[in-house]
Amino acid sequence: MNRAVETAAADEHGEGQQHPVAIYLWIWALLFIFSTFSYLIDYFHLHGLLRWSLIITFMLLKAGFIVAIFMHMAWERLALKFAILVPPLVLLILIGLMAIEGDYTFLTRLAAFLK
Amino acid sequence: MSENALTTHGESTSALESLRGAAADGALASASAPASAPDGLPGVVSDWSDDKQAFRVPWGKAMMWIFLLSDTFIFTCFLTSYMNVRISTTVPWPNPSEVFALQIGNAHIPLILIAIMTMVLITSSGTMAMAVNFGYRRHRAKTTALMLMTAGFGATFVGMQAFEWTKLITEGVRPWGNPWGAAQFGSSFFMITGFHGLHVSAGVIYLTVVALRVWRGFYDRKGSYETVEITGLYWHFVDLVWVFIFAFFYLW
Repeated sequence: MNRAVETAAADEHGEGQQHPVAIYLWIWALLFIFSTFSYLIDYFHLHGLLRWSLIITFMLLKAGFIVAIFMHMAWERLALKFAILVPPLVLLILIGLMAIEGDYTFLTRLAAFLK
Repeated sequence: MSENALTTHGESTSALESLRGAAADGALASASAPASAPDGLPGVVSDWSDDKQAFRVPWGKAMMWIFLLSDTFIFTCFLTSYMNVRISTTVPWPNPSEVFALQIGNAHIPLILIAIMTMVLITSSGTMAMAVNFGYRRHRAKTTALMLMTAGFGATFVGMQAFEWTKLITEGVRPWGNPWGAAQFGSSFFMITGFHGLHVSAGVIYLTVVALRVWRGFYDRKGSYETVEITGLYWHFVDLVWVFIFAFFYLW
């Protein structure tokens, strides 16, 4: 019977995804900082390659922290990580193809308008 | 015997209820990884070839992840089509920095509305993360309060979006044209932010329903607060999508 009580107690305090509060507060603060930086990119009118690379960097950092810590992916088993995080990679093919297609349409339009 | 053991535990009713919940939720035992399951790549092989269960998480969580995966594809399709029309147009794209600027007092601040909306959504993600944490610690009141706060921030976000839409529509933005440049700006804007706003609105309802169930002790009786975490997954995903929309639509 003691064992049943222990199970109940364990269930009460060791269930599911439990992590120290501090880690959430840290990530929370980081998300604010990254967002502020992202906004400042626009505020200070950075442009060109610097602007785009900074936007992408802060975007990926924020996305990574949200998925890994807030959504607890860092603590899931590899089987779930692979099943969820690998399939979206095929979208890169779609993005690549549509970028090529967009360029082609743009050039065709230019050629048509120049005539 | 059992009665004695339970009364020594202190909160006899809640302990009894959580015991009953644990017994009723037999699947829970299989949900956590058994000690024998290997880690790393051998773990992937053994999990995926498992006769009974590939993902050693509660089924609701696995299904939420799979739903979010499909949602990722939907939003990527929207953002990709936006990329495609923005690349292919020969007309200059309207400058989002100016389009979403606000006149506050005498100051003309670029993109400020979107910056505030971003902060609101990140704040809500933080309160949601704390709600999940307190849920697993069985702090019912704190979990409820934090979830309702999250829903409140979500509603604030949707309100600001309604303001943004109204402002743009009165300035003449339509899905087929706008005063500043490429016609595709309007259709991309309404499609992407509209679909995201719909997700936030659905999330606010979802959060409120689950928060009220937390408050009534539904998950104490069930013996598990997984549902709070699953709701959290959805909410963080909405924030995640906004990170990409913010980067590609508003900042680019």
